[in-house]
Amino acid sequence: MIAVIRKELVSYFSSLLAYVVITLFLGVCGFYFYSNLSFFLLSGGFDVARGLWQFQLHDMRQIMLTLLPLLTMRLFAEERRLGTLELLWTYPLRDVEIVLGKYLAALFVLILMLLPTLAFPALLLPAHAPVAIGPLLAGYLGLLLLGAAFLACGILISALTDSQVLAAAITFSLLLLFWMMTWNEAAVGAPVLSVLSRFSLFDRFYTFSRGGIDTRDVTFLILFSAVFLSWTVLALGSRRWRGVR
Amino acid sequence: MNRITLPSAEPVDEHPRAERAAEQSEQRSGAPSGFARSGEGTGSLVMIEVAHLTKEFGGFTAVRDVSFTVAAGECVGFLGPNGAGKTTTMRVIAGIFPPTTGTVRVAGCDVQRDPQGARRLVGYFPENAPFYPEMSVEEYLAFVSRAKRLPRAVRGGEIERVLRACALGEVRRRLVGKLSKGFRQRVGLAQALLGDPQVLVLDEPTSGLDPEQVTEIRELVKSLRGQRTIVFSSHILSEVAQVAQRVVIINRGRIIAEDHPEGLARRIEGTVTVWLRAEAPASELRALLATVPGLYDLTLLDGRFRFHARDEGTVREVSRAVTERGWILLELARESLSLEEIFLRLVHIGDAEHPPRARAAP
Repeated sequence: MIAVIRKELVSYFSSLLAYVVITLFLGVCGFYFYSNLSFFLLSGGFDVARGLWQFQLHDMRQIMLTLLPLLTMRLFAEERRLGTLELLWTYPLRDVEIVLGKYLAALFVLILMLLPTLAFPALLLPAHAPVAIGPLLAGYLGLLLLGAAFLACGILISALTDSQVLAAAITFSLLLLFWMMTWNEAAVGAPVLSVLSRFSLFDRFYTFSRGGIDTRDVTFLILFSAVFLSWTVLALGSRRWRGVR
Repeated sequence: MNRITLPSAEPVDEHPRAERAAEQSEQRSGAPSGFARSGEGTGSLVMIEVAHLTKEFGGFTAVRDVSFTVAAGECVGFLGPNGAGKTTTMRVIAGIFPPTTGTVRVAGCDVQRDPQGARRLVGYFPENAPFYPEMSVEEYLAFVSRAKRLPRAVRGGEIERVLRACALGEVRRRLVGKLSKGFRQRVGLAQALLGDPQVLVLDEPTSGLDPEQVTEIRELVKSLRGQRTIVFSSHILSEVAQVAQRVVIINRGRIIAEDHPEGLARRIEGTVTVWLRAEAPASELRALLATVPGLYDLTLLDGRFRFHARDEGTVREVSRAVTERGWILLELARESLSLEEIFLRLVHIGDAEHPPRARAAP
């Protein structure tokens, strides 16, 4: 498995993809941080310690939604297109190890992406601005778990197609669907909505962004990732059985 | 047919469990043991044992009831037209996908029951040598050595060894994607050789190379003959004849012949190609020849007749008939069959036995 993780990291950082995604993420996050901060400073009167970070975390969530499919699109689609998946299957690696290896490599890039954004609160500390460390960390845990779920979804889609573009597009649409499905109460009705909202990835993020950790949300997000990853293993196994790569 | 027949696929459960466990644990520890013995009394070690292998893809049967064995240290060439089932058979041996029915064992290790164990014993070179374009040769081989679970202590040495064996030293730091086809092919071979596996399965190792590179790869494979069990496929007959000790000809998912190269030629000796030139009006000569029993495929080429005769007797009959008519026989030459013709003939015979069916793409 470590072999696969290392290989994927080499691929990420030698193909510029990781640099591009991380740079875009940090750039856009910085822009949002600047506008959110100005908004709170100019309008005043709000609870900066809570409101600012809630805004900021929600914005970061949106950027992750757009950028993370780019991290996962390559993982299996490219191996299938190149025919290297067939080669991987001749090594004594279990499918689980291949899937987990790729997933952990993507997760590593996600962490690399999130870490520098801790500079934003760090910047405010010398200015004696109120920064509540605890709730902020809860928010970051939420981002990480949410991102992990996005990646798991993306890796499954990538295993189902041999086109990177298609993989990214479908992953993005699917995540968007998970986000929007609780928007329209009028269309689905309240009883359905209460069921749907349990499955909405984004509603699960709400508590985190307000500085709380709800174990139900943590469990849901971890389970979500686990289910998508095991589907990926199944998808690979089925391809192997049918002899298609 | 002097095809080696296998003891029919014995249910694996009859295999004493303890013995099998011992075999497997030995393989885990990397010891090159755990051979299965072929049928009683042959005494040779069977490295690859394919018994009644059938592989279906959806509704399409790529390989149909194929059985053969490869002894340890033997070099076997797979021959057949494109889509004959060579690649499918090799992929099953390499552990890429399990058989639909039948069993395949590598050194006694069932590829379906213990895929990890079997894969450790096999180095596979896939057709067209797929590669990761963004990795350098060294990075790639380092990845493969880890993926093959080579002990840390031997990894570096193994990489150096295969770099040398495949003459890749000068490009070790270049990206695989930037290399020429010949080098990429060698990188593919290098990854198969990494870890010095007991069995090498090479799918069309020389396809798409220029003649010089073909010779290099061929020499490389030849140099491994005897030490390692090699199964390779090719559609170039002379290559198989040069390199392999035994040839397995596959067509439409079946083995249609299996023999050493000379044996194949002997097998269809009955039919001979004959060239005939005589001082005679062409049309009358043609009419006369057509009456000779056992003569077929008569064609006129550059003033010479060419035909296939069933046996020696037919040739004698032709000679007698021509001279009896008072014509002068200028040439009556028997042509020895080239491997190409032997191959086509065998494929043709195979088709007659199993008529081609509508085939869907896999």
